[in-house]
Amino acid sequence: MTDLKRQIVEQLNLQHIKPEEIGDDQPLFVEGLGLDSIDALELIVLLQQQYNIKLNNAEDGPKVFQSVRTMAEYIKSHQQA
Amino acid sequence: MYKKSAAVYVAGVGVVSAIGNNTAHCLQSLENETAGIGNITSLNTIHKNTLPVAAVQLSNQQLAAVTGLPASASRTALLGMMAAREAWQDAGVSNQTGLRTGFISANSVGGMDKTEDFFASFLKDKNSGRLHDVVNHECGAVTELVADGLGIKNCVTTISTACSSSANSIFFGARLIKHNILDVVVAGGADALTKFTLNGFNTLQILDKEWCQPFDQNRRGLNLGEGAGYLVLVSESVAASIKNKLYCRLSGYSNANDAHHQTASSPEGAGSYAAMKGALELSGLQAKDISYINLHGTGTFNNDISEGTAVQRLFDPHYPKMSSTKAFTGHTLGASGGIEAVFSTLAIKHGIIYPNLRLQTPMQALPFIPETKFQKNIAVDHVLSNSFGFGGNCSSLIFSRI
Amino acid sequence: MKTFIRATGNISPQKTFGQAGLLQELVIQSGNRLRCTEPDYLQYIDAKFIRRMSRIIKMGTAAAMECLQQAGVQNPDAIVMGTAYGCLEDTGIFLKKMVEQNEEMLTPTAFIQSTHNTIGAQIALLLQCHNYNNTFVHRGFSFESALLDAMMLLEENAAATVLAGAADEITDYSHAILSRFGLYKNETISNTELYKNKTKGTIAGEGAAFFLLSNQPSPKDYATLDALHTFYKPAGINEIEQQVQQFLQEQQVALTDIDVLITGNNGDAETDAVYHQLLETIFKNKLAVSYKYLCGEYPTSTAFALWLAASVIKEGNLPAALHTSAASKIRRILIYNHYENIHHSLMLVSAC
Repeated sequence: MTDLKRQIVEQLNLQHIKPEEIGDDQPLFVEGLGLDSIDALELIVLLQQQYNIKLNNAEDGPKVFQSVRTMAEYIKSHQQA
Repeated sequence: MYKKSAAVYVAGVGVVSAIGNNTAHCLQSLENETAGIGNITSLNTIHKNTLPVAAVQLSNQQLAAVTGLPASASRTALLGMMAAREAWQDAGVSNQTGLRTGFISANSVGGMDKTEDFFASFLKDKNSGRLHDVVNHECGAVTELVADGLGIKNCVTTISTACSSSANSIFFGARLIKHNILDVVVAGGADALTKFTLNGFNTLQILDKEWCQPFDQNRRGLNLGEGAGYLVLVSESVAASIKNKLYCRLSGYSNANDAHHQTASSPEGAGSYAAMKGALELSGLQAKDISYINLHGTGTFNNDISEGTAVQRLFDPHYPKMSSTKAFTGHTLGASGGIEAVFSTLAIKHGIIYPNLRLQTPMQALPFIPETKFQKNIAVDHVLSNSFGFGGNCSSLIFSRI
Repeated sequence: MKTFIRATGNISPQKTFGQAGLLQELVIQSGNRLRCTEPDYLQYIDAKFIRRMSRIIKMGTAAAMECLQQAGVQNPDAIVMGTAYGCLEDTGIFLKKMVEQNEEMLTPTAFIQSTHNTIGAQIALLLQCHNYNNTFVHRGFSFESALLDAMMLLEENAAATVLAGAADEITDYSHAILSRFGLYKNETISNTELYKNKTKGTIAGEGAAFFLLSNQPSPKDYATLDALHTFYKPAGINEIEQQVQQFLQEQQVALTDIDVLITGNNGDAETDAVYHQLLETIFKNKLAVSYKYLCGEYPTSTAFALWLAASVIKEGNLPAALHTSAASKIRRILIYNHYENIHHSLMLVSAC
């Protein structure tokens, strides 16, 4: 998850936040980090670029991107061997 | 000196879109309920077979042959000249001398169709790429190609506020007349399909892979279109000299900002509501006086519910007939305000109502249903035309029968 | 109806932002590309929002915020601005990715930030300003069109306060491309030497300047913007002279009433000929100050010129760093600029 946090900070240009400051279970959207719909689109591209995972259903987004932990779990279960 | 009550008349119209190369051609398609959506043929893009678009059925060579601009010019300029020229000739004021004339245009990405080709070479080697392809990259440069071609120079400028651009240029032109700065204004906008915008909209995941269905419960997004639409606006004294040819008056207009998000509209449609309300207030009309609303209606999940909610707040319980003509022409971005202003004036002149094509399941959240059939012999007295864009830029225009 | 300039905010290659004195020392840069002296943006913009702002959006937003702070206005009745090039950085980023990644895996942020109305929209978003919002994108008239829109709104009483401004930036790509058009000096000079050699080319500039305009006077007003006139592709020097004279006539102002001329000579021998000719004829013996050695040449540089004129009138005289001074208190300034001898503009600025 450390790598993932760093990638999130980079992709979303979160200049004022250090990767280690993001809690594993901290909500990413609305409260917590306060990300929005454009960030969600950016994270979809991140999954593709870094992990070669295509989020087929954009509606799954809110579930997958709930927290760094849910993202990491999704990546683990969907990553090609 | 500004005269608030000064009337501003529409004396000429010109349009080119996926459904017609000129006004008559577009009217025919509107009546036949024939949309201009299809597969991408001209752009060299990976999305060629997945994203439908509404392209003008003329090549750059063909546009050049009609307009007199070089075929190597930006397609935005070619389309702009096509429609602006038609409007200018339609108004029939070019024979009058001493008229202070302006050209107020709009577009979203200027000559990007040429720039994106240049960039492919330029990125490999900073000294390669044809400079000719970027000399008219700027939005304003494209405008000047048309202004110079029409011989208009008293006031030439360009507005770019995303999808509300040409609605803003139209009422900016009207205000220049009310301030007695100009007598005649050719106002509107143009935009050509580009890989830049196609890919840009694609990253936002708001493009429909099928033919769009504005205001449908199951809508999936928008189809990009291209084209140009211009009005020739004239002052009261110029109007008096060409009485037979007037279409209608521009009786109301307003520009408001949603200030909610960079691309999404607020759920309650704050900006849309303010723009429509402001236009009504200026026109002195009540909501129930509106005969027809030409909705912005892009077909995206967000716009249609936001705009629909604003319409409900303003019009309930007297809902006029309404439709989105983007089901015909696609979303023409910087040209949409202009093209739809032309359609609005034609609705008044011919007493017609356009259908909202491919509406299968009305939106459950809204208490009104857009029109689904083309209608004629309707008393169309006042038309409200909406144009809402990225950056929360919302503008509405009202046209009225004389 | 008078247009009062109540406040300004100017980010430029000079120390013009949030400074106590007016141009107390000049920033001297070498080469044909001047860079803005930028502030700590976090002082003006919340960190949460900054992340989605490219350089030009930050520049425009900070200049606007500073201006509003100075004016004591939180929610202007309208926001109108001009930008000729728009948001070049993001346009370049999106194009580059589109080409290099063959249209795959593109991200939305660069595209959204590339649209020309983004600066004006971002300001409205931060202020939660739901009022009139417009962006002009017409080359050397972009700022003038915004000013015209602002002045019309004030005259219509559709607004009592208008935040009007302009912003344009230089990026590595844009400078490389514009250089290929032969716009800039080949020899390496410093900006203070801009007018020394009578050679071809100018130096590139950039900047973001905003003004809080009002149709009501206030105790802190800098000056009044009395009139604005633009003319496009004049036939020749005779027409230019005619336009200037007609402008002054309409304002019922004689050239003798003008204390200082601010002119847009940019160091290019060919296009500067217009200014030289005017200085020998209608502008003969007038005290003239050039401004483009301070900010460089770019389509919306007249925003810098207006800032300079308003600031000079507020101070009463030209800053010592410009090495020119007027004999008595400066009360009226005429700005005349042309961009590539295509877009010509005149602005009359007076003491309140």
